[in-house]
Amino acid sequence: MVDPQIAAANAAAIVSAGNAIGAGLAMTGMIGAGIGVGNIFGNFLSGALRNPSAAGSQIGNLFVGAALAEALGILSFVIGILLWTSAS
Amino acid sequence: MADPLHQFQVTPLPGLDFGEVTLPVVGTVHLAFTNSHLAMTIAFLLVIGFFQLVTSGAKVVPGRGQAVGETLFGMIDGIADSIIGHDGKKYFPFVFTVFTFILAMNLLGLFLSFTATSQLAVTATFGVITFLLVVIIGIKKNGLKFLALFWPTGAPLVMRPVVGLIEFFSFLLRPLTLTLRLFGNMMGGHVALKVFAGFVVSLGAMAAAGGWGYLGLPGAALSLSLVTALTALEFLVAFLQAFVFAVLTCVYLNDVVNLGDHH
Repeated sequence: MVDPQIAAANAAAIVSAGNAIGAGLAMTGMIGAGIGVGNIFGNFLSGALRNPSAAGSQIGNLFVGAALAEALGILSFVIGILLWTSAS
Repeated sequence: MADPLHQFQVTPLPGLDFGEVTLPVVGTVHLAFTNSHLAMTIAFLLVIGFFQLVTSGAKVVPGRGQAVGETLFGMIDGIADSIIGHDGKKYFPFVFTVFTFILAMNLLGLFLSFTATSQLAVTATFGVITFLLVVIIGIKKNGLKFLALFWPTGAPLVMRPVVGLIEFFSFLLRPLTLTLRLFGNMMGGHVALKVFAGFVVSLGAMAAAGGWGYLGLPGAALSLSLVTALTALEFLVAFLQAFVFAVLTCVYLNDVVNLGDHH
């Protein structure tokens, strides 16, 4: 027979450990954002080197694309932070 | 190591905590002048003061300060014109106000101990204001035709309800992504700075203990150089996020202002 106090403490420890693990897993969502942003800037650079005269006018589009790709990674970052602050 | 999230706590400034106050309409609230409030007030005064200073003695050939002001003005005017088109001038004041205020708060975060834009409440306010403005302008300008925004005429007829539904939800997500992008970037950058700064202190303390602890010195030096490099990156991010917010505001306004005519 387990002491109910110890059982409750164990349950709380498991929950906070699960929170921390989940926060770490949520951060892996930023991998996709990293790939996406890298893709955008890499493709922009290769396009800009082929046609440098058109590159200047596309800077705005470049940053909008990067920001949209990054937003999804930021979502996972926020979820991770939320989980982590509730763990500790 | 110091808690890297401690810097985001909103605390009343000493002597300016007024406690529970009962207001006529709102009810009972906890009224206090906080560090967040102070950072935003400084940002506001900085924007007003800067533009007052650089435009008070405006010359045909601009001096240094006037050139900075004109460059900022010209940049936002340029994107408003190129994205929204002819009507861009009408919405330029809003975009420019949001841009300069966010830029001032982002940059101040690197000098003060508190970043106002790393508070979800602050960025959410900007996101909701922008979203509501887009919806109100859309309905005022187009009436019920505003709903055509969710009726993609380019798709085959069978697919239109499905694509329209997706469009509708992505429209509803706009304030959320606007909010979280600014918040996440500012918060993430400052957490990273604080974590590496914490490494410098804890590895330095290890080295101070002597013996094998001296092995911590190269790590501390590396962390310190990383903090320096990250600070430079944060200046870029501070500007870029304000710029991206302005560009996206223009893109969203363009959707409803020029509804129907593709240009």
